Amino acid sequence: MSDSALEVIGLYKNFGALEVAHNIDFTLKRGARHALIGPNGAGKTTFINLITGVLTPSSGQIILNGQDITGLGQAERSRCGIARTFQINQLFRGLTVLENVVLAIAERQGIASSMFRPLSSYSEVTDEAMELLGNFELNEDALRRIDELPYGRQRLVEIVIALGQRPSVLLLDEPAAGIPSSESQHILDAASALSSDITVLIIEHDMEIVFSVADYITVLVSGAVLTEGKPEVIAADERVRAVYLGEVDRG
Amino acid sequence: MTPDTKARGYFARRSRLKWWEGLPWVLAVAAFFVLPDYMAFGTQVLITIIFALSLDLVVGFAGVVTLGHAAYFGVGAYTTGMVSAHLGWTEPISALLLAGFVAAIVGFISGAVLLRYHGLTLLMLTLATAICLQEFANVNEDVTGGFDGLTGVGFEPLLGLFEYDLWGHTYYWYSMAVLFLVFVVVRIMVNSPFGMSLIGIRENSARMDAIGTPVYRRLVTVYGVSAGIAGLAGGLFAESNAYVTLDVLSFARSGTILIILILGGVGRLYGAFAGAVAYLVLEDELAKMSPEFWEFGVGLLLVLTVMFARGGLLGIFDRLRKLFDRAAP
Repeated sequence: MSDSALEVIGLYKNFGALEVAHNIDFTLKRGARHALIGPNGAGKTTFINLITGVLTPSSGQIILNGQDITGLGQAERSRCGIARTFQINQLFRGLTVLENVVLAIAERQGIASSMFRPLSSYSEVTDEAMELLGNFELNEDALRRIDELPYGRQRLVEIVIALGQRPSVLLLDEPAAGIPSSESQHILDAASALSSDITVLIIEHDMEIVFSVADYITVLVSGAVLTEGKPEVIAADERVRAVYLGEVDRG
Repeated sequence: MTPDTKARGYFARRSRLKWWEGLPWVLAVAAFFVLPDYMAFGTQVLITIIFALSLDLVVGFAGVVTLGHAAYFGVGAYTTGMVSAHLGWTEPISALLLAGFVAAIVGFISGAVLLRYHGLTLLMLTLATAICLQEFANVNEDVTGGFDGLTGVGFEPLLGLFEYDLWGHTYYWYSMAVLFLVFVVVRIMVNSPFGMSLIGIRENSARMDAIGTPVYRRLVTVYGVSAGIAGLAGGLFAESNAYVTLDVLSFARSGTILIILILGGVGRLYGAFAGAVAYLVLEDELAKMSPEFWEFGVGLLLVLTVMFARGGLLGIFDRLRKLFDRAAP
């Protein structure tokens, strides 16, 4: 197998006259901790939506582990091994933490369409969910309703659900969004502790997080790739400073 | 018990039979001995519970609101009625199974179209589907009897042994048996991984897409199953009344069954029981007291339920239990 987990070739997306993705070529190396940065409105989330199949590209190709997935729908792509988290929590709000994670695991194990056996008889699902929750010190909260948890811990569950899919490629859309920077360290640790079998693309505003997690950075501006490279190269790049890092200095 | 083992046993505890789950059946049997003159009415209650259960699968578990579920009730009723009136197919059990089967097929086909839509569009389309079917039955009066209703419906004794009787005793037991079987199947289904995934779709269908669930396919499946159960209710209705009118497909029937479910409590199975009993008994009593204004009383109860008892009548029990749990540590 090639050494790229995900490859995007000549990706375009227009909404009428508005071009939100312009000729994006992008490679995610297997096992990478890759960050996607860019100013507000640069099209970062759109890019994630194009990769995961929420949006259909106007043209271009998306290749996952050597397989062309451009024509597949969102659920099919997810079954091929792409998982994502959302910038704004997309949780099963009325359910317990355990149920939130079990849904993803049951789907991946291929038992979710089984109708005539109780869920409780599939102990492998619950066991895996509890193990996963244990890794994030969430096992004690397993039976609490998800919306009773503090927001920071909800953000962790957001990631745990995606891990329940056992993805080969994990897309983290601003995993620390909405939580105080004092707590974002927790999310950061979680992201750093992920198994190296998982290739991670992280969208992030917080530069501290980007530079501590990522080994490679792509800068997106106005729907197009401005530049990419190792963190130290990006940090030194004048154009990047101009469009993006400048904001940090002001803050 | 450590939190971990407690969590691991969560799904088993949730699907285990509780002591109070025997109550509805004890009451249903007791009703036969205490109120033998009310068995025709009791039969209608049981049939309504079956219909409400079918709706609960779609509305309560999968979170798809429909205003056209009478379509499948009506298809079931007309199937049973027409095979009896026109083909002389008068064996009640097979005619009932046929009703469920035909309604399920209609459910799968219409569901495959309807469930491509969401929200208000879907709501309007379910309504339109039922109205179209009703109009279709109205126009084809040579087979359906049209506005005058389908006559000449009659059935052999049940199992060749039990005659249809004026007091409705036979059909009371028959309907109870059908309800019991339907309930067992539905209960197994909602506690299965499939049932859990329906709840996931209800809670957040966008995230279900993201975790790889074929949401549309799962919705069509449950819609078809639900339609089949509604068809069984309709078939029973036709058999117990030996008469079918356009009313079985009416908007009022679709609306009433939704009201009954909301009244009893959505997404909890027993809401169908509580809602059907409360609504029909109240309707019956109020109609006796005031033949003109009984609907006012029913309307008032619904308003009060929605305002003060979220989760329906059974939601009240939930809240009492929570209070009780808090009082007794």
